[in-house]
Amino acid sequence: MNPTTLIYIAVMAGVTYLIRMLPFAFFTKKIENRYVRSFLHYIPYAVLSAMTIPAIFYSTDSPVTAAVGTAVAVVMAYFDLPLIAVALAASAAAFIAGLFI
Amino acid sequence: MKKEFTQGMRHGIPIMLGYLSVSFGFGIKAVRAGLNTWEASLTSLTNLTSAGQAAGVEIIAAGGTLLEMALVQLIINIRYSLMALTLSQKLDRSFTLPHRMLAAYGITDEIFALCAARVKPLTPAYMYGMTLSATFGWVLGTALGAAAGQLLPASLSNAMGILLYGMFLAIIIPPARKERSVLFAVIIAALMSLICKYLLTFISEGFAVIICSVLGAALTAAIFPLPDDAPAKEAR
Repeated sequence: MNPTTLIYIAVMAGVTYLIRMLPFAFFTKKIENRYVRSFLHYIPYAVLSAMTIPAIFYSTDSPVTAAVGTAVAVVMAYFDLPLIAVALAASAAAFIAGLFI
Repeated sequence: MKKEFTQGMRHGIPIMLGYLSVSFGFGIKAVRAGLNTWEASLTSLTNLTSAGQAAGVEIIAAGGTLLEMALVQLIINIRYSLMALTLSQKLDRSFTLPHRMLAAYGITDEIFALCAARVKPLTPAYMYGMTLSATFGWVLGTALGAAAGQLLPASLSNAMGILLYGMFLAIIIPPARKERSVLFAVIIAALMSLICKYLLTFISEGFAVIICSVLGAALTAAIFPLPDDAPAKEAR
């Protein structure tokens, strides 16, 4: 294993663990500040959105197959289908689109 | 005690199956970013998170700084703190400090959802059982994706690159459809991400995610603050 990569992984794992552990082990009070609570409520959606767009269009070998997969995922997610079904269908759609181009 | 553990394991089986296929996509992505199968599997074993790992291997591939790595993980995974807080309100008395420190490893979106929905107080054994099932799926899927991703025809492994993003869409779209505030946060973050990608190209990808999400959530919180009466605390 590459030592530099291991250091990166250690930093990732350390930060991620502390984020979970510190409040779970030591924080027993409730967050009262309304703005902080609101910010924490919205942050996951903002993160996932920023990570997905526009990266999803570069996630396969061609923007066309990626767009087809994205369209299928958006429609299925709109109808509240399970996470795993949406993920697999997006991938299958991109694969099928790839057969035609 | 033993019963709690096996029940946790059983309840974790759907999570295991879901993780198995999604982490397959992560394995492929990690190998493309230059990691080998061991490194990819180690990343999954030590992190147990999808979005954070996906962003992490991109930073490794781009040779980003360790500070950037730490900040990106902090921003992407800060939601776990809130989940940990919520769960900490409904722990069984047997949950001593060492158990809390150990079980905290398993707080993921899906495990949180099942544990938060459980009527009985949470026991360490139940969380360990569920975490074991989930981790097994997550690490095995990663290893298979990293190892067999290279054997798969390019057309198939290319198509699997979209798996994780498909899951992200499935997480954000249903609540965005129901709540205008969430839709607003999603649109603002996406617009800013596009601006960073195509106009402000000097900003690295990791920092772009931080800037877009912090500003997006801050703006949304200012315009759409949550109702003042917080959801009633679970009785201990």
